Amino acid sequence: MSGVRLLVGTKKGAFVLTADGRRADWRVDGPLFGGWEIYHLKGSPANPNRVYASQTSSWFGQIVQRSDDGGATWNPVGKDFVYDGVPGTHKWYDGTDHPWEFKRVWHLEPSLDDPDTVYAGIEDAALFRSTDGAASWHEMPGLRGHGSGNYWQPGAGGMCLHTIVLDPSDPLRMYIAISAAGAFRTEDGGATWKPINRGLVSPYELPDPKAEVGHCVHRIAMHPERPTTLFMQKHWDVLRSDDAGESWHEVSGNLPSDFGFAIDVHAHEPETIYVVPIESDSLHYPPEGKLRVYRSRTGGGEWQALTEGLPQANCYVNVLRDAMAVDTLDPCGIYFGTSGGQVYGSADDGDSWTPIVRDLPGVLSVEVQTLP
Amino acid sequence: MIRVVLPYHLRGLARIDGEVELDLAAKPATVGDLLAAVEVRYPVLRGTIRDAATGARRPLVRFFACGEDLSFVAFDEELPAAVAAGREPFLVVGAMAGG
Repeated sequence: MSGVRLLVGTKKGAFVLTADGRRADWRVDGPLFGGWEIYHLKGSPANPNRVYASQTSSWFGQIVQRSDDGGATWNPVGKDFVYDGVPGTHKWYDGTDHPWEFKRVWHLEPSLDDPDTVYAGIEDAALFRSTDGAASWHEMPGLRGHGSGNYWQPGAGGMCLHTIVLDPSDPLRMYIAISAAGAFRTEDGGATWKPINRGLVSPYELPDPKAEVGHCVHRIAMHPERPTTLFMQKHWDVLRSDDAGESWHEVSGNLPSDFGFAIDVHAHEPETIYVVPIESDSLHYPPEGKLRVYRSRTGGGEWQALTEGLPQANCYVNVLRDAMAVDTLDPCGIYFGTSGGQVYGSADDGDSWTPIVRDLPGVLSVEVQTLP
Repeated sequence: MIRVVLPYHLRGLARIDGEVELDLAAKPATVGDLLAAVEVRYPVLRGTIRDAATGARRPLVRFFACGEDLSFVAFDEELPAAVAAGREPFLVVGAMAGG
């Protein structure tokens, strides 16, 4: 019987949650790397036993861990993220020039077809790639060097490259997003990059609300069967693009707030998308103290609140950008983790929710592997 | 033998139980010799105590020995005699931070 494995990164370690295809009874393993911040874990689509994890600490720096047995055992691998050439400067919070400095790995994106190839999105924002199972890392310098890098500026969470989306139909095309620089696309395997932010409007964040770069994109999601249709949760606004990011238009529609972090696409319905509205950038908790996932079956615009099984009073948690994932079972499973340490799961497309665990450390990321 | 006590998280990372004992070739040995020997024996710790690129002590790591804070001594300073003789351990400490 098929099953699912959730890879949960938290502020104090990683947890692996497993269930069979019914997704009713869960086994909880962890904490792994107890006490360390686990920004992200993700398994290889080509070999689900291969899992990468970003382990970090303000005290002791960055570690990257690799498992070859589905998360049962781990070994530290390469952790040297050295910028290509002379790194130069970007803008600091106060507008002054600030040297590029590695701080941590936010996101690890394994290749779709090679377990030994994995991409890392780091802070200060840059894209790295390993082709030897994370033993060594090399920057893809065309991104920072495309022309605007010296004008990029951090958001409140740091200047992080947090989203890496690989196009399954074209191995040379990928999308990335940076807070607060915006979204970028390569069509030549990472050699050259282009900002793809036309249609983004950020009147509260930028002096020029329609600037080519500088937008605080929070996350981008794509359905693998429609690789040129992208959905974006920006700082404010939910947007979509139907031309590989060349242009975007807002689809926030009737959401109670269009601020948020997480966004994802149903595994079998490319026009069904999910977000978790958050009150505002000042508050970082759900409107009205009600934790609601919103689902649109029309690719945005029209949204339906999903509340069954979720707290509808006195709930003031946040759901971070990498803390939502979908499995590929039918019905589709949706999962998300909160800053309060809950991981919620739905085995029915989001119609109803159950807390899988309630009291983990604050959740930074949730990924899911659908196992044969 | 020179005795080194590592903080909890680095012992876990390097899978170390208890103190680390080092027999340093350099006589007299310096703080830098000690740190380099730790990194050679446990490569996973390279970059966790001092920056892998610059060699500077990480900002939230402290060195204590013999009741003194050695965090700000130069790496080419000799170790205290009691540490060099193994009578006192050299402590690598995660600095107090947060609330």
